[in-house]
Amino acid sequence: MTQEKMKPAVMVKRAALDGLRWLDDRTGILWMLRKSVFHRVPRNAKWWYVFGSATMMFFTIQIASGIVLATVYAPSAAQAYESLVYIDEQVPFGWMLRALHGWSSNAMCIMMLIHLAQVFLHGAYKFPRELTWVSGVFLCLTTLGLAFTGQIMRWDADAYWGLGIGAAIADRAPGIGNQLRALLLGGPVISGATLTRFFTLHVFILPGAAIALIGCHLYSVLRNGISEMPKAGEPVDPATYREGYEARVHKDGVPFYPDAARHDMVFCGAMLLVLIGVAAWFGPFGPGALPDPRIIEASPRPDALFLWLFAALALLPPASETFLLLVGPPVAIAILAAVPFLSNRGERAPSRRPISVLLVVLLTTGFAVLTLLGVRSPWSPQMKAWTSTPSDIAFTADRTPLELQGALEFQFAQCRNCHSIGDAGGKRGPDLTTVATRLSWDQLVRQIQQGGGNMPAYGKALSSVETQALVAYLSTLDGGDLRATLTGALEAQPARDAAPEPVAAEHSPRQIQ
Amino acid sequence: MSDQGANGMHDRNGKLDQHDQNDKLDTKNPREPSASRSCQDCAHAAAKESRRGFLFAAGTTLLTIGGALVAVPIVGAALAPAANRNPSKWIPLGKLVDFKVGDTVLVTFTNPWGTPDDGDTRENACYVRCLEAGKFQVFAVNCAHLGCPVEWFEQSRLFMCPCHGGVYYEDGSRASGPPPRGLFEYQWRIADENLEIFAGRLPGLQEDA
Repeated sequence: MTQEKMKPAVMVKRAALDGLRWLDDRTGILWMLRKSVFHRVPRNAKWWYVFGSATMMFFTIQIASGIVLATVYAPSAAQAYESLVYIDEQVPFGWMLRALHGWSSNAMCIMMLIHLAQVFLHGAYKFPRELTWVSGVFLCLTTLGLAFTGQIMRWDADAYWGLGIGAAIADRAPGIGNQLRALLLGGPVISGATLTRFFTLHVFILPGAAIALIGCHLYSVLRNGISEMPKAGEPVDPATYREGYEARVHKDGVPFYPDAARHDMVFCGAMLLVLIGVAAWFGPFGPGALPDPRIIEASPRPDALFLWLFAALALLPPASETFLLLVGPPVAIAILAAVPFLSNRGERAPSRRPISVLLVVLLTTGFAVLTLLGVRSPWSPQMKAWTSTPSDIAFTADRTPLELQGALEFQFAQCRNCHSIGDAGGKRGPDLTTVATRLSWDQLVRQIQQGGGNMPAYGKALSSVETQALVAYLSTLDGGDLRATLTGALEAQPARDAAPEPVAAEHSPRQIQ
Repeated sequence: MSDQGANGMHDRNGKLDQHDQNDKLDTKNPREPSASRSCQDCAHAAAKESRRGFLFAAGTTLLTIGGALVAVPIVGAALAPAANRNPSKWIPLGKLVDFKVGDTVLVTFTNPWGTPDDGDTRENACYVRCLEAGKFQVFAVNCAHLGCPVEWFEQSRLFMCPCHGGVYYEDGSRASGPPPRGLFEYQWRIADENLEIFAGRLPGLQEDA
């Protein structure tokens, strides 16, 4: 009965309980925990539901690593680059901090896109979760904004010319292009004012927006509950859905923590280890070449996440480009945000929603193909090919002096920047390894002098003698230099000592490979 | 939907509920004078009501005026860059004798509005083509498609863009690729045996360099 008889452990426990009671009385924390951490979720919410949690985990890493990076990074155009080098080389763990920030950014975007696709495929955006979806769409935009502005923080050549591309797009807005561009750049040119602007966006405005939107997103998840795994034949009917959901979750649900959270914890933990491994192995992104506009030999490329856009900008028909650039994104965003209002009832199961599945497959394929094209960017001339791409000896062997002179013209007139021979060189124009099988002497002359298709006219750049030499050389490219893979084909090669006939048709196309 | 939310708030804890109700009692009773009240009470209530109305109107007015005044510097400074309509100045590029007839060369210059804080981005580059003595074309390095830096190739007399494959002839006209027009050109003049260009803004489709 008396205090002395109580064991210390019991006393501590009682004191802790008293403390908790006091805390709950003043803050209502137990109620909040009951409503959030322990809220009941469907029993079948398992591995499909981990991607949102993973996105948020990577966002948390971004906040933590970003805050520490901001204590060292100098958001000044004169010092940003050096401060990044300083972080990489002088700050203890600085390189790993930058690597984590860069790779976690990519991971966050990937998890977010998977989360988006999963929610769409499962029809989880339908009644009553329309606004959860809408807040998610804005979170998606904010995240992409953070990724783009983060790329600017690197303040290297890619950042500089990337801003140039942004400015050129803003400039296309009719009537307000100039003002829009000045607002984007903070002045008439890309300068220190541009970096401070994007720094403000990257560390204040967009993270603030993201945190606020995550609050809305999570609140609506708690309010409307986590959607169940979709089942074919169980359509959403707004009139009865809520009652049914609450009854089912009450009867058959489990508390989010610890039951459902186990899956999130395992997945997030595994992803965290993958992130650490990737960041430690591959290291930080950039900074690349100096952001010096006097260095013209730049080949600006965006980060992987935006390569599809880079590709689209090369492939869009020029006539419709301005319209698509200015009208396309707002329309696409509006459609994405309107998805739950276009269909907020009915079947949720992917097996009953073939068009939605097809859409996801098409969009994923489209973005993947554009990204791959962006990596290869065959539309870009290889600016150094004419001086640095080696020529296979086979393509100059057994040529006459005139043809050899033509081979030099081919190299020095930068033909190789756009044209490959034997798979070496630019991919902008057609591969010329077997051009003599397609074009006659006269056609070659006309194509070189007058251009055509996507080729500039070389009439003014090359003299008639140079053109003649070049055509003489191109006329020898009939495929005979290709490595033969068929037995006997080597013996069938024509002798190279005879001058080539002007008409390529004489070299009949042979079966190669 | 909102009903449920409100219920949720009240479920939170009993104390909050009671406070709400007390508040309601305090405020509601004087506003609803019952028939049994005397006229003195009525007048008192009316005076209280008009004082409340005045305070509300005064508060709204003060906050609106104050908010607008605070917004002036905030919005003004944020939008200031858009107001600078004509930032270009005449900038010397070099002596006339240094440009050889028939050549196209890369020339660098310093942005007239730059500050030391701009670092390397304070510098700029352009291509000067000397057609004949005293006659020039000065091109911006920015591709007319999306602003990437074009490179000059003397042998083929072409400018090529590394981004999306825009190509221009030596006179700046479009040769191939996605650009909607030829290279941007700076205005130039000759002053004191110097070639000068009118520069200071990133060239773009809306306004030539």
